[in-house]
Amino acid sequence: MIYLDNAATSFPKPDTVVRAMSNFLERAGGNPGRSGHRLSIEAGRIVYDAREAVAELFRARDPLRVIFTLNATHALNLALRGVVRSGDRVVTTSMEHNAVMRPLRALERAGVRVIVAPCTRDGSLDLDAMYRAVEPGTRLVVVNHASNVVGTILPIAEIARLAHAAGALILVDAAQTAGVLPIDLAAMEIDLLAFTGHKGLYGPPGTGGLVFGENVDAAIIEPLWRGGTGSRSESEEQPDDLPDKFESGTPNGVGIAGLGAGARFVLERGVDAIRAHEVELTRMLIEGLQNISGVVVHGTRDAEKCTAVVSFTVEDRQVSEIGLWLDEEFGVLCRVGLHCAPAAHRTLGTFPRGTVRFAPGIFTTQDDIRVALDAVRRIVRG
Amino acid sequence: MNHGVVLFHTSSAALRAEKILAQAQLVVKLIPTPREFSSDCGIALRFEWNDSARVKELLDEAKVQVAGIHQIG
Repeated sequence: MIYLDNAATSFPKPDTVVRAMSNFLERAGGNPGRSGHRLSIEAGRIVYDAREAVAELFRARDPLRVIFTLNATHALNLALRGVVRSGDRVVTTSMEHNAVMRPLRALERAGVRVIVAPCTRDGSLDLDAMYRAVEPGTRLVVVNHASNVVGTILPIAEIARLAHAAGALILVDAAQTAGVLPIDLAAMEIDLLAFTGHKGLYGPPGTGGLVFGENVDAAIIEPLWRGGTGSRSESEEQPDDLPDKFESGTPNGVGIAGLGAGARFVLERGVDAIRAHEVELTRMLIEGLQNISGVVVHGTRDAEKCTAVVSFTVEDRQVSEIGLWLDEEFGVLCRVGLHCAPAAHRTLGTFPRGTVRFAPGIFTTQDDIRVALDAVRRIVRG
Repeated sequence: MNHGVVLFHTSSAALRAEKILAQAQLVVKLIPTPREFSSDCGIALRFEWNDSARVKELLDEAKVQVAGIHQIG
């Protein structure tokens, strides 16, 4: 079996992640932040250590500005619905995932103006178009760091500068990039960073979060849900302290234990080493696929300009048929279709037929790529 | 032994403080907040009162929000 669906969720997970999770269940199973006994404190320490690992990865100085959520979608909803009010103006791009587009379309119906800056057919952002779209008075600019369809990387630092010059905040969807591209909150001037734990951070599903940049006043953001936090228990009002303001209810402690171990795994390997490995595999995939007659590779076709996500189509063939053959005949697992990103596929010209997406990860080898390319070759020859 | 206790608004802040002070080789222990203090959160950090100046300095430096520091028996 060759797993090329790491853009959906990474597999397998490092042993340290599995061990951290079973350790949490076997030895540290108290409710973090609720009680004062040793099991509660031990669970709290594990959750705090995960906060610290995530903060270190994104070069955030204060781990308490890392808010844990169940996934990037929850983090994006929290940021979008917590910041944006009726009458506000929001700018995004035409390469976004539905985790951004659907909350934005709902906000639009509630009186928010949504402006979509166009991207080119390879998924790249036209910075001039972005500059024109981000008028003064814009409340928020929300962009993906890299496309989940073709991996195209957007210039976050430049977009952040445009946003701040117009008085807007910038929210970055790092679902595809956390752990695989360097992210430095302060240097890139990111105000709000939404990440998931189960992709490039090699944690389990049900983990993710929102990180607040140092210059963001968390008081301007409304929590989406309110409830028990284990703190200020004498009050019936939601506390303003971070991270409690946004973390009501018992957290996914076992998942966060795994996320912390995954983030440590990434820190130990080093993002640069992971990136170098993935660039090499991506280059092999792009070149190999382009050499098969009848195959069209979408996106930039430049491994340095994208994450390890390669989308392709085959003339006169349905992507669903190719996906099924890859799985059943060759044991190559990938994702076909629209990848929850209709806007991106429209931009790329692949809507509504979709693409076949290959997404290698840290555990994918060059041999795996050769086998996958050979499988595609044989399917195309039919 | 003469102890002090640091109170916090959140348990995350208490855990952060524990780590910072332990890394500075101070003897600290997370304990259930003593009943005599009205506290915002269930756990407090006990330390040796002789270290109180250093405790304040380290927590200040790291910008850990503190709800109060008290001497206990």
